[in-house]
Amino acid sequence: MNSERGSSSIRIIGLGNEFRGDDAIGLLAARRLIGVLGDRAEVVEAGVAGVELLELMKGAGTVFLIDAVRSGQGLGTIHRFDVSSGPIAPALFPRSTHAVGVAEVLELARTLGVLPTKVIAYGIEAGDTEVGHPLSPQVSHVLNEVVQLILKEVEASACTNSIS
Amino acid sequence: MGEETPRTRTIAVGAIARVEGEGALRVTVKDGAVQDVELRIFEPPRYFEAFLVGRHYSEVPDIVARICGICPVAYQMSAVHAIEQIFGLRVEGALRDLRRLLYCGEWIESHALHVYMLQAPDFLGYESAIAMAKDHPALVTRGLRIKKAGNAIMTLLGGRSVHPVSVKVGGFSRVPSRRELEGLTAELLWARDAAAETIRWAATFEYPDFAPDYTYVALHHPDEYPFNEGRLETSNGLSISVGEFEQHFTEHQVAYSNALHCTLQGAPYLVGPLARINLNHDRLPPSVKQVLAGTGLSLPLRNPFHGIISRSIEMLYALEESLRVIERYEPPPVPALAVTVRSGTGTACTEAPRGILYHRYRVDGDGVVREAKIVPPTSQNQGRIEQDLRQFMPRLLNLSNDDAALACERVIRCYDPCISCATHFLKLEIQRGSGT
Repeated sequence: MNSERGSSSIRIIGLGNEFRGDDAIGLLAARRLIGVLGDRAEVVEAGVAGVELLELMKGAGTVFLIDAVRSGQGLGTIHRFDVSSGPIAPALFPRSTHAVGVAEVLELARTLGVLPTKVIAYGIEAGDTEVGHPLSPQVSHVLNEVVQLILKEVEASACTNSIS
Repeated sequence: MGEETPRTRTIAVGAIARVEGEGALRVTVKDGAVQDVELRIFEPPRYFEAFLVGRHYSEVPDIVARICGICPVAYQMSAVHAIEQIFGLRVEGALRDLRRLLYCGEWIESHALHVYMLQAPDFLGYESAIAMAKDHPALVTRGLRIKKAGNAIMTLLGGRSVHPVSVKVGGFSRVPSRRELEGLTAELLWARDAAAETIRWAATFEYPDFAPDYTYVALHHPDEYPFNEGRLETSNGLSISVGEFEQHFTEHQVAYSNALHCTLQGAPYLVGPLARINLNHDRLPPSVKQVLAGTGLSLPLRNPFHGIISRSIEMLYALEESLRVIERYEPPPVPALAVTVRSGTGTACTEAPRGILYHRYRVDGDGVVREAKIVPPTSQNQGRIEQDLRQFMPRLLNLSNDDAALACERVIRCYDPCISCATHFLKLEIQRGSGT
């Protein structure tokens, strides 16, 4: 959104509502990645995008999505889903503020044949999503880990891309 | 899903798909008659009211844009108008036109989403837009392309595609050049024709015979189809200024929901596209009236299932209006009027895609918000949704629990209830039993 769109084939999309506690985790991770990635990947803060994700993913070869999820596991648990290989259960993103669920939009993209070649979704187990609340300590604690995990993957992808 | 005992039967549906937001519906049936209908929704605007207190007025447009992912412009518009009223500002000319254009973008996006992705699957017999896309990729792609045309307006004027950031008290932080706006024209022309086609397509659907006796409420403007201003008018003859809203519309706490129910003189009422068209059809341009006449439908539209048609009509209107604004646009001399802060209370009502959105703010001499009140359209329609379900349920009593639940979902979806500010799961329970 407020980041520059470039021709890079790797795109990172952070989702969430920054005013609603743990729901902000995807956005915060994306913001950190802007600082460390430079021009190695394009970073998009997509807020509570729903169907807009279709457009936001367009043109990218590899997409990393970062969002808050609720699956009943411990707060701050980091989930990684390879969307390219199969659907994500819609119930994983039930507490997101998005109009149409992330899982549904990804499946719509797959059905319409517009899903980028590689889509990896990182979901961070969220707790408190009350308006005006900060990140819970457990979620805040894993922010850096999420950033590092994605950074590592971006570097590996960039490497693969340059070899191929 | 469900469990049965000799006396009661309970259906619990995990989620009502394609309804934005979090909530639950409980229907109690005894001796073959509907006893009670309770719609419980979680309503975050209330929490934002408290969050706004203590904030500087200049932060308000950005904060309220985060309440809803689907109608951020509506929240921004009601907020800036209310605050401008306090400061004695009146935004006119090209700036006013640009706000109107931005609102068009939101209507196009929101209506295209609901028509194609949320409600059309009900009429074509699919459980979701994804399932529909498998058989009708061209249809879904058409809907997405119309939506994108609206999004292009939002991106250009709002500064970004999801949460507009350029709206401010007094105008915009940046206004587009004529050339930038003209860059939208080709796609808007395509979308205009596609919207007309959408109306003709939606008119071919089979609609249940259902026509509750609604009281419609919408803004009414002397010569415009309403977005940002007008008097509040009702189908039973009330005509008031927005400042009088709270004297006539009352919010009630109901025990089963944390959302407040709003009533007009004690009774539920309807806001949104159906209400707007019925009260403002004479403000539609002849070209739109002509397409509407071609459907064979006569006004007033009283069937909530015709919501899909009314949204399609408004989508066409918003596209025509966008093209009109772009054609006559000359950039304003300044992107925003100068603001002189003063204390006071201001109110505003604008037409969000789902109906009137009322805001009231009290600001102190430093420009700090001391009180905020937000009445979103969905909380106004809640009582009406319950009433519709009460009226619609009797014809569902012979259906299986699952089929009855699906039919209830369809009724609810007619309203496009935007509880999305929260999440998108609505649990539905139908309890059936005999008298005690």
